[in-house]
Amino acid sequence: MHLHKYEKYWLVFGVTTLVAFLIILGIGAFHQGSHPNVGKKTLDYEKVKEFPPFDNPGVHKVEGKDWDYEVVVLASAFYYNPPEIEVPLGAKVKFIATSEDVMHGFEVAGTNINMMLEPGYISEYVTEVNKVGEFLIVCNEYCGTGHTMMHSMLKVVDPNESK
Amino acid sequence: MSLNNNLTKVDHRDAKLAMAHIYVAFIALLLGGLAGLLQVFVRSGQFTLPAGIGYYQILTVHGVLLGLILTTFFIYGFQIASVSRTSGTFTASQRRLGWIGFWLMTIGTAAAATMVLLNKATVLYTFYAPLKAHWIFYLGLTLVVVGSWVGGAGQILRYAQWRKENKGSGQRSPLLSFMVVVNNLMWFVATLGVAVSVLFQLLPWSLGFIERVDVALSRTLFWYFGHALVYFWLLPAYMIWYVVIPKVIGGKIFSDSLARLSFMLFLIFSVPVGIHHQLTEPGISSTWKFIQVVLTFAVIVPSLMTAFSMFSMFELRGRELGGKGLFGWFKKLPWKDSRFFVPFIGMVAFIPGGAGGIVNASYQMNQLIHNTIWVTGHFHLTIATAVVLTYFSAAFWLIPHLTGRTLTKSLNNLGNFAGILWATGMTIMSSAMHIAGLFGAPRRSDYSEYGGAQQAYDWIPYQIAQAVGGTILFIAILVIIYIVVKLAWFAPKGEEEFPVGEVHENGGTTPAILENFKVWLVILVALILFAYTIPIFDIIANSPPGSKGYQLW
Amino acid sequence: MANKKKPDENLKGSLYAVFGVGIMIILLWVYCFNLFIERF
Repeated sequence: MHLHKYEKYWLVFGVTTLVAFLIILGIGAFHQGSHPNVGKKTLDYEKVKEFPPFDNPGVHKVEGKDWDYEVVVLASAFYYNPPEIEVPLGAKVKFIATSEDVMHGFEVAGTNINMMLEPGYISEYVTEVNKVGEFLIVCNEYCGTGHTMMHSMLKVVDPNESK
Repeated sequence: MSLNNNLTKVDHRDAKLAMAHIYVAFIALLLGGLAGLLQVFVRSGQFTLPAGIGYYQILTVHGVLLGLILTTFFIYGFQIASVSRTSGTFTASQRRLGWIGFWLMTIGTAAAATMVLLNKATVLYTFYAPLKAHWIFYLGLTLVVVGSWVGGAGQILRYAQWRKENKGSGQRSPLLSFMVVVNNLMWFVATLGVAVSVLFQLLPWSLGFIERVDVALSRTLFWYFGHALVYFWLLPAYMIWYVVIPKVIGGKIFSDSLARLSFMLFLIFSVPVGIHHQLTEPGISSTWKFIQVVLTFAVIVPSLMTAFSMFSMFELRGRELGGKGLFGWFKKLPWKDSRFFVPFIGMVAFIPGGAGGIVNASYQMNQLIHNTIWVTGHFHLTIATAVVLTYFSAAFWLIPHLTGRTLTKSLNNLGNFAGILWATGMTIMSSAMHIAGLFGAPRRSDYSEYGGAQQAYDWIPYQIAQAVGGTILFIAILVIIYIVVKLAWFAPKGEEEFPVGEVHENGGTTPAILENFKVWLVILVALILFAYTIPIFDIIANSPPGSKGYQLW
Repeated sequence: MANKKKPDENLKGSLYAVFGVGIMIILLWVYCFNLFIERF
């Protein structure tokens, strides 16, 4: 099999680029812990309301953990509980969410928070909310007729700014 | 050379079989395109659907007809003609398999489409559980898949017959037929996943034989199939790029062995990569997600090879025609020939399409775009431009070849016009989708102001741009349907060439290993077992109670 | 068969073209990577 000299240059360049991308992603993931949602905990979706923490959806300040707040979200057709989330700027927040019925999405527009919510599985994502603003939360997985009525709002507020 | 010593004209009985598929494909294009037009209108916020038709119903129609039916039927029409042209006329029993496959697929399509139109299956073309469609919808899709196995087997048998008849001749098998067989084998292996999910989960569940399904398992089985599906669409376009276009431009296939190698690489890397569609979902560990990301990056390599092969094929021909300097050859190409110009637009679209695809597969970066309308923009560049423009350009010579007519100069020019319209409409629509997607606009969503949120308000201009682009695309579809109708029934009688390229004299000999399907299939199975055994075992071992069905539309 | 050593064809244009493609891929990826890093 004959490979043109230039084709060799190109393949070396192309493969090197791809390997470089993978190394950057791999370091980000396995060294700095930047993973997408890889939640592995399961529950019975029909009894989710009896199952902590989903017996108490909302924003909770926590102590002694690697994060400052836990935001517990229960999604169902076509509604998020809580309907609004407020967290202080700079807080490290763990989002914990699941679905009560079908597949839903939990996407905070303009951020990297983007998870699938699957009945029976707990989706989790930890991040530091480092920008003030109102971020629209949308369901980005088709869940039925009311799919686009399903939204919520993440408000990141600066605690030093007087209200 | 072995490539061109076969029949130059497809037998009329094979032609009839191929044309049957092509008719269904273009009916699907017209109806699916109309559904697409309605969608972009709705999303612009300026239009509401009449008569209680739901947005998600037409979205299901659009996805099923264009993503599954147009593609599969056109591919089989093209592949039947290609095998008949390069390996020889089908035997009666091979052709019978083709017809049985055709009718199974057509009946399945009609059944599934009926359920969608009755609003009993508004589950989109990915039919994710636990949304539960009517059982006839799943049965219809099963018939489409089973029909594709039967019809595909007929094509493979014709190729096997060629191999048997030419054993010991030292010839390499006809390149185009070889590529068809690679595509079909990949398809068979990939569809096993969705077949298991439909036959053992969704169908019995929708019939009420079982109460619950394992949602994570059904999704993983779907995506085991789902990414190979996109390569099943792409490879016929690559067949045209590698084998047909060299002949159209008067040049040669750059390298037979590189073409075969890239197809074998697609065969082994198309399937064990499906989890890159599931990067943001729970239940699959980071390790296995990342491993499949690495495998996904491997499937980029044959496309890099293809890029070089295409440019070189063009450059060699352009220089032969007297093109000077670094890029002088470029001007020498036959820009007025729609059989070249239209797929060329497709090739250009594949560059940003592929680049965007690399972003999609980039593990944690997937969170940036997952299920945003960026993804819709992405696959409207790849499948809905690169692939379908190539199919359309092939239809421009294939249909008259099969119906004994000719592509007239005016129809050729109209073809180029449709290509320009498509490029214009898609540039507008796809760019708007990519940009809005980066802002977070979700895909597969009806028009919504999301409670008056500022961010949602900012997406609306891009939705209007999508409606503008989509309208231009629909006009292009009408032009293409007009050309197809003319070529099928009204164009002047005559002989239209089925172009099959020859290999460049510097292409070198092709190593026999590239024709040894057993070796590559063993590698494929090994890679699948490696990439999927532990994730699927994990899903089953840790599975929560299964899900009941929901009908939320 | 033409397998004897012949000088490689002039494919300089193709070389530049594919490297152009490569640069586009890198630019888009780096742009998106930056966006990802900037966002929380």
